[in-house]
Amino acid sequence: MTSVKPTLAVWKFASCDGCQLTVLNLEDDLLPLAGEIDIAHFLEATRATVSGPYDLSLVEGSITTPHDAERIREVRAASRTLITIGACATSGGIQALRNFANVEEFLQIVYARPEYISTLANSTAIAEHVPVDFELRGCPIDKGQLVEVVTAFLAHRRPNIRNHSVCVECKKRGTVCVTVAHGTPCLGPVTQAGCGALCPSYARGCYGCFGPAETVNSPSLTSRFKELGVSEADLVRSFRTFNANAPAFREISEAHEPRT
Amino acid sequence: MVVRVRDGKVQDVELSIYEPPRFFEAFLRGRRFTETPDITARICGICPVAYQMSACLAMENICGVTVDGAIADLRRLLYCGEWIESHSLHIHLLHAPDFLGYPGAVEMAKDHRDIVERGLRLKRAGNDILNLLGGRSVHPINVRIGGFYSAPSRQDLAVLRETLLRARDDAVATVRWCATLEFPEFSQDYTYVALQHPDIYPIMEGRIGVSDGSSFEVSAFDDHVVEEHVEHSNALHARLSDGRSYMAGPLARYALNGQLLSPLAREAAADAGLGLICNNPFQSIIVRAVETLYACDEAVRLIDHYEVPERSFLEVQPRAGVGYGATEAPRGILYHRYQTDGDGIIEDARIVPPTSQNQVRIEEDLRSFVQSRLELADEELTWLCEQAIRNYDPCISCATHFLDLKVVRE
Repeated sequence: MTSVKPTLAVWKFASCDGCQLTVLNLEDDLLPLAGEIDIAHFLEATRATVSGPYDLSLVEGSITTPHDAERIREVRAASRTLITIGACATSGGIQALRNFANVEEFLQIVYARPEYISTLANSTAIAEHVPVDFELRGCPIDKGQLVEVVTAFLAHRRPNIRNHSVCVECKKRGTVCVTVAHGTPCLGPVTQAGCGALCPSYARGCYGCFGPAETVNSPSLTSRFKELGVSEADLVRSFRTFNANAPAFREISEAHEPRT
Repeated sequence: MVVRVRDGKVQDVELSIYEPPRFFEAFLRGRRFTETPDITARICGICPVAYQMSACLAMENICGVTVDGAIADLRRLLYCGEWIESHSLHIHLLHAPDFLGYPGAVEMAKDHRDIVERGLRLKRAGNDILNLLGGRSVHPINVRIGGFYSAPSRQDLAVLRETLLRARDDAVATVRWCATLEFPEFSQDYTYVALQHPDIYPIMEGRIGVSDGSSFEVSAFDDHVVEEHVEHSNALHARLSDGRSYMAGPLARYALNGQLLSPLAREAAADAGLGLICNNPFQSIIVRAVETLYACDEAVRLIDHYEVPERSFLEVQPRAGVGYGATEAPRGILYHRYQTDGDGIIEDARIVPPTSQNQVRIEEDLRSFVQSRLELADEELTWLCEQAIRNYDPCISCATHFLDLKVVRE
């Protein structure tokens, strides 16, 4: 029996390309990885494309146009396993801030000729359109977690990605709590781990780029933010960034939005 | 991309950019001024530092704060990391395979493994700077208005210095290697636009210079550059106010500031056969390699002069006003303008990325490039057009890996 290497495809929807770049940032692991997997479709790396089906598709970006809503169905149909990578693909990304506003007004602000632009009123996660086998969080995703997910796929096992909060990672690496020690507002208690608790280790509060952790105690966090002098408007802003449309974050920001 | 040909003459070239709109300038309204480095970084995962730095300069401009000394040096060092990372990526993974006839770097590595590995090593050296100073290479977390959340120690940087010395050797070899590539016969009479400074090869310093000898303050950008919205593309098209198209990026920086490169970089450029100005856009790969070498050299210099600042950032209080910031992203000038109220809440934002400045020029290049190669089969022509677009290292670089060329011969 001859062994055929599994095929990998990387797809881009509305995004900044940063999560795809994380694939290229594997650097030392990149060429060995290319030895185990056939990179069949990855426009950031090669013009060569092999038509599907693909064994593994990594999908970056959110759905923001009618054309992309159609394209993701084709990608799903051509993929045995589909894994979404990054905040755009898993929650709609920063461009989901339009979901809280009027997209027509947004068009007027940015484009001189809004009629040339085709766009949807909302930016949505891939999983709202097609079934997804695994969602890898982060804005951007973490390199180590990406390796784990691809390795797990090759070994036919579930990826070992934990959904506890950033606080656990701070404890693990011995970082002193920035809120307790310095009174710095920090989204760590409600944000999923995965970055290695980067921000607190640089003396700043977590800003939630990995999206909500599994269990979010929002009343406790929001009352602590108020004690620290965070205004209601800034509280809303802090939950309306890269994972604004993730249900748990959306709930918090909507609960604190000033009523008009 | 559509090329219209009538009676053997190219009538029209239209490059369409399908990047779906994300409305940054719209949702920045109502955000706090301190949020701009993190928010605008997300415009581009390949040059987030450029967005962070232009945003910082614009906000500090409103608030009347000038960051200098060790903090400014750290910013320049961080930016060198992005130049090294982005240029190495473009040279080895995107552009070189075009020249050698491979669809991509993975295929190229089968025959030229040492060259691809050298490229990846260089790229990692850039990422090492970004990781240390920024926390991570894509969307660094350590940048704030006024400086950094935390500053590295001299010991931290000493480790980096060793890596950069090796990277500098790799960069010298890369310049030499790029010079051996075969370049299509093609040169254009460009108008170049880049930051210009009397003393230093500009990354985030100086005025905006034009190759006709004129220059203007960053705050006058809107008077000198106009953007138009054309039907066939989601990217806006920029021109100088007198209607001229222009080129931003490595060739422009080199033409306007080449004499300010480090001696080692100047020597490598001369050995590679570059004159004082390079008008063949295909040779931008050499200029990118020269800039990579410069960035390694400059990073070592900055590390050698580094003293840990007393505080890692300056306090910046919000003010009502309008502020401007322009820095040299790897692919050219990145301009930000903001208007804030007295609480530092953004009322208006304008961001002009390098790709929209270069787009008119890309179309003009393609027009004259295709004109002299109309006899080629569409497949070969498509390959060459992709390569010609990649000369500009557009943010849509990867999209152009799948150029859908239509030649309409009427």
